[in-house]
Amino acid sequence: MTYSDTTITAAVDNGVDTESLIGARTAFEQMPEAAQFTFRSTCDWVTGTQNRNTLNGYFGLGQEHTRKETFTIAADHPEVFHAADTAPTPPEIVLAALASCLTGGLAAVAQHRGIQLRSARAVVEGDVDVRGILGMDADIRNGFSAIRVSFEVDADASEDDIRALVAQSQKRSAVFDMLTNPTNVTVSVA
Amino acid sequence: MPSIDTIIIGAGQAGLAMSRCLSDRSVPHVVIERGQVAHSWRTERWEGLRLLTPNWQSRLPGFAYRGPDPDGFMTMPQTIRYFEDYAGLSRVPVQEWTCVQSVTADAVGYRVQTDKGEWTCRNLVLATGACNIAHVPDCAAGVPDDIVQLTPQKYRAPGQLPKGGVLVVGASATGVQLASEIRAAGHEVTLAAGQHIRMPRHYRGRDIQWWMDRAGILDMTTAQVDDITRARNLPSLQLIGSAAQRFVDLNALQDAGVEITGRLATIRDGKAVFSGALANHCALSDLKMNRLLAEIDDWADAADMTGLPAPERFAPTRHATLPRLGLPLSEGRIRSIIWATGFRPDFSWLHMPVFDRKGRLAHDNGHVAPGLYVLGLPFLRHRNSALIDGVGRDAQALADHLVASRHRHAA
Repeated sequence: MTYSDTTITAAVDNGVDTESLIGARTAFEQMPEAAQFTFRSTCDWVTGTQNRNTLNGYFGLGQEHTRKETFTIAADHPEVFHAADTAPTPPEIVLAALASCLTGGLAAVAQHRGIQLRSARAVVEGDVDVRGILGMDADIRNGFSAIRVSFEVDADASEDDIRALVAQSQKRSAVFDMLTNPTNVTVSVA
Repeated sequence: MPSIDTIIIGAGQAGLAMSRCLSDRSVPHVVIERGQVAHSWRTERWEGLRLLTPNWQSRLPGFAYRGPDPDGFMTMPQTIRYFEDYAGLSRVPVQEWTCVQSVTADAVGYRVQTDKGEWTCRNLVLATGACNIAHVPDCAAGVPDDIVQLTPQKYRAPGQLPKGGVLVVGASATGVQLASEIRAAGHEVTLAAGQHIRMPRHYRGRDIQWWMDRAGILDMTTAQVDDITRARNLPSLQLIGSAAQRFVDLNALQDAGVEITGRLATIRDGKAVFSGALANHCALSDLKMNRLLAEIDDWADAADMTGLPAPERFAPTRHATLPRLGLPLSEGRIRSIIWATGFRPDFSWLHMPVFDRKGRLAHDNGHVAPGLYVLGLPFLRHRNSALIDGVGRDAQALADHLVASRHRHAA
C-alpha cells in the first residue's frame, strides 16, 4: 500500500521550506535533546478582564532564543459579560490557535506532497454553556463542549487528496493534540 | 560445549522456513525452541481465531497448502498441524523445550546460553517473531483492582470474562475481532479506537489478500517506501478470517451494538479518558482504505481483467457526533478490559549493542551484525515480511547471504 507521501515536485510553492524541515528531522534523529523546546508567554493584568500577553523568548536547539520582535496578544470579554470588549476572549484565542495550527500544517503537508494551494480558509466554532464558568451547575464543564472546524481549500488536487491533507494536518497538529487529549497543567504562585 | 555452524532461535514459520533454506544449502544448523514447533500458535492465541490470510497464502520454501479449500482460513489447530507437517517434511532439526537465556558475541561468532547448556555458532538467526510481548500502556496502573485485565495472549474465549461490560482498547485486527466476538456473546462492549485501517475482506469478487498479492503490493521493498519506520508501525488491517464477514470495521461493530470511543488517552481518578480525535481517525482510515482500493482498480484496469464486478466505494465510517470522552471504571459498568494495544518482540536475552534509542532491534533488511540475522518482523525486507507467506522469501535471501559469507570466511 502506498501510504507514503508523494515526493516533492519542483513547481509547487506554498511558501514552506520543506527541505529544511526534513533536514531538521534528520538532525533531531541524531540529537533528540535538541528537539526539546519550551515556549512561554507572559500575561499582565490591565484592568477588569483586560490583560495582555507578551511573547518573545523561547528555548530550543539547546539554547535560549530572542526574537527580533516582541508579539502581544490581548484578551478581554464582550459587553454582554459587562466587560469593555477591547480584545477577543481567551477561548476565542484558543479557537484561533487551533485554526492557525491546522492551516499552517495544511500548507506544510501540501508542500511535502507536491500540492499547490491557491487558497485555504478554516472556519472554527466552539460551543460553550456559560453556566459552567458561572459556577451554576457542576455537571456543565467550563470549556467547549464541542469544537468544529470547516475547511475550504482550493488546490491542484482531487477531493480525496484535499481530505487527506486536512486529516494529516490534524494528525500532526500541536493544538489539535492539546485540545483532544488531556495535558497536565500546573499553576503555582511565585 | 556444542558448536555448530548456524543456530536458529524459534521454530515458528520464520525458523522453520530458515531451517528449510539452510538444509537446501547444506548448512549444518539446529533450531532451538522454548516449547514445541509453532509454540506461540499453540499457547498464545484465542480459540476462535483463524488466520487472516487465505489457505493458499501460506506458501513457504518447498511447501504450500494442498487441501480442498484454498480460499478458506485455517483454525489454530489446523495452523499448528500445517507447521508440524512442514517441520516433518523439511526434517527440521529442532531442539524442543530449550529456553534461550542469553546471547553474546565472541571472537568467531555467538554464544547461546540455554537452560539445557551453552552452544557456540558462527551464524545466528533470530526467528522468535514480532509478537512476544502484548504491549499494555502505562495508564493500566490506574485501573481499579476489581476489574479483570487481559491481553490477547491470555484471552481464550468470552466465557472467561466476568458478566458485564467490557472495554476493548485498540481497534486493529485483534481489537476489532475480540470486540466482535465478545459482543456476540452478549456483553456490553465499548471499543476505544485510535489509528486503524478499515478494509473489506473481499473486493470485486476476490479476497483482498489476492488483490494485494497479484497487484504486487505485498512485494514492496524497504527501498520503495520513504519512511520505513512509519511503514513498520502501521496498524494491522481490520480483517477477520471469514469470507462471510466482509467487514469487521467500526460500522459493523456499531451495527452489532458496540459503542466506539476515541483512543484511550489515560486513566485518571478511576475514569478512562478518551481522545476527542475519533472523527479524524475514522477519516484517515477511510482515506487509507480508498487509496488501496483505487490502487487495486488501477491495477485491474491495466491488467485488462475481464468479467470483474464494477469498482465499489463504501459508506464512510460512522461515529457519534460527540463520542464519549470519559468512562468511570469504578461504577460497575465495566467489569473487564482487553488490552489489544499491540505486540512487541522480546530480545531481552540478546546482550549486544544492537538496539536503537527506543530499544528496538536495529537491522538493515534483516542484517543485524556480521553473521547475525533476524526474520519475521513487520516490513523486515518487504511489506509481507511478517506474514507466513512472506517470511520464506526473506529466509531465502538471508540464507543466500549467509552461505556467501561462509565462503568468504573459509577463504
